[in-house]
Amino acid sequence: MSAAPLLAADEFQAPGLGLFDWPPLVEGAAWFNKPALLALVAALLVIVFVYAAFSRPKLVPRGVQNIGELAYEFTREQIARPFLGKDSDRWMPLLFSMFLFVWIMNLFGSIIFVQFPVMSRIGYPAVLAIGVWVLVMYLGIKHQGPIGFFKNVMFPPGLPGWIYVMVAPIELVSTFFLRHITHAIRLFATMMAGHLIIALFSEVGWHFLFVQLTPLGAPVGVLGVIMTILLTAFELFIQALQAYVFALLTAMFINDALRPAH
Amino acid sequence: MYLLAAEENNPLIPHPAEMVVGGFAFLLVLFFVGRLLVPRIQKTLQERTEAIEGGLKKAADAQEEAQQALKEYREQLAEARHEAARMRDEAREQGAQIKVELREEAQAEARRLVEAAHVQIEADRQQAFAQLRTEIGRLSTDLAARIVGESLEDEARQRRTVDRFLEELESSNTQAVR
Repeated sequence: MSAAPLLAADEFQAPGLGLFDWPPLVEGAAWFNKPALLALVAALLVIVFVYAAFSRPKLVPRGVQNIGELAYEFTREQIARPFLGKDSDRWMPLLFSMFLFVWIMNLFGSIIFVQFPVMSRIGYPAVLAIGVWVLVMYLGIKHQGPIGFFKNVMFPPGLPGWIYVMVAPIELVSTFFLRHITHAIRLFATMMAGHLIIALFSEVGWHFLFVQLTPLGAPVGVLGVIMTILLTAFELFIQALQAYVFALLTAMFINDALRPAH
Repeated sequence: MYLLAAEENNPLIPHPAEMVVGGFAFLLVLFFVGRLLVPRIQKTLQERTEAIEGGLKKAADAQEEAQQALKEYREQLAEARHEAARMRDEAREQGAQIKVELREEAQAEARRLVEAAHVQIEADRQQAFAQLRTEIGRLSTDLAARIVGESLEDEARQRRTVDRFLEELESSNTQAVR
């Protein structure tokens, strides 16, 4: 979508999937677009923040270390502990990195002038989900054995025999593939939908208050601005929630691989 | 051309370039944050836990020590009270004994004094008796001599004689007592 026909038409047109297409920032480097730049910046921000907090941790925390510990303890108590229990500390490096990275990537959607949640590009959640999938397969085979891992998932004990005909294929597909695909898609879809809906209301506000100010259109424009503000607040919550859910599910998958479920 | 572009922009198809960039960015985070920094804070948190637990343990030890000391003091106090009670009882007993002894002594002394007085009285009595006997003998012979020697016609004289006799007897008696 280009801006020219929209202006020429002088008619309101809702923003579409074009919002998520970014041209290269540098000629010739097709991969280096805005989401790619933001992903690198996000990584840098996370590293700088955690470095500021934990590079020389004090027994009695001061300043940034307090904030860092708040984030760390939230991750440990709310994400790792519910599933991993005593193994929490061992997996905290992964879960803490993941939670912060995903959250910052999401948060870019509500940072002024940046305003693009990187996780709304499927490639970014997908690569994380694939990484988790590889890790989980490795851990499952290592801890439960190559046959035991599949057997424990597909044939959970305590069910009447005939039902395994149904359970086994469902569990196989669901546990080894579907839940890892939805792991990525859940994050991607919420970020994309949130970005679209905020873009829509911003466009309503912009169009009816600036592009084409009419007595009838003005209230609609005001409503658009109000909705944009409200939804931005809601989106801030969703961004954190999705980062939390993504890391939480990772912890759950790891736990399922370490020990047979049920 | 348009179709191709639409296919390329399918939002559900991940671009390999994105996955490489995303994977690289996350690995960077994982290396610096997960590998280098998280172990540091874990170590610090562990140390903090230990410091707090150490502090708590120290406090618990001090508490225990204080309890022990209190218990010892209480035991000592109870022992002292017991000792005091014992000494009081002993003193009371001793006092009672002393009292009894003193009373016995006093009674013995009193008896001794009474006996001595009796002896004295007896001696005095004996002496008085001996003296009286000689006196009475002498008086009786005097009286008899007078009665026999004088006529006893007159009753009045007779009475006077007896009275005189009694007077003399009385005066002599007082002299004797003196």
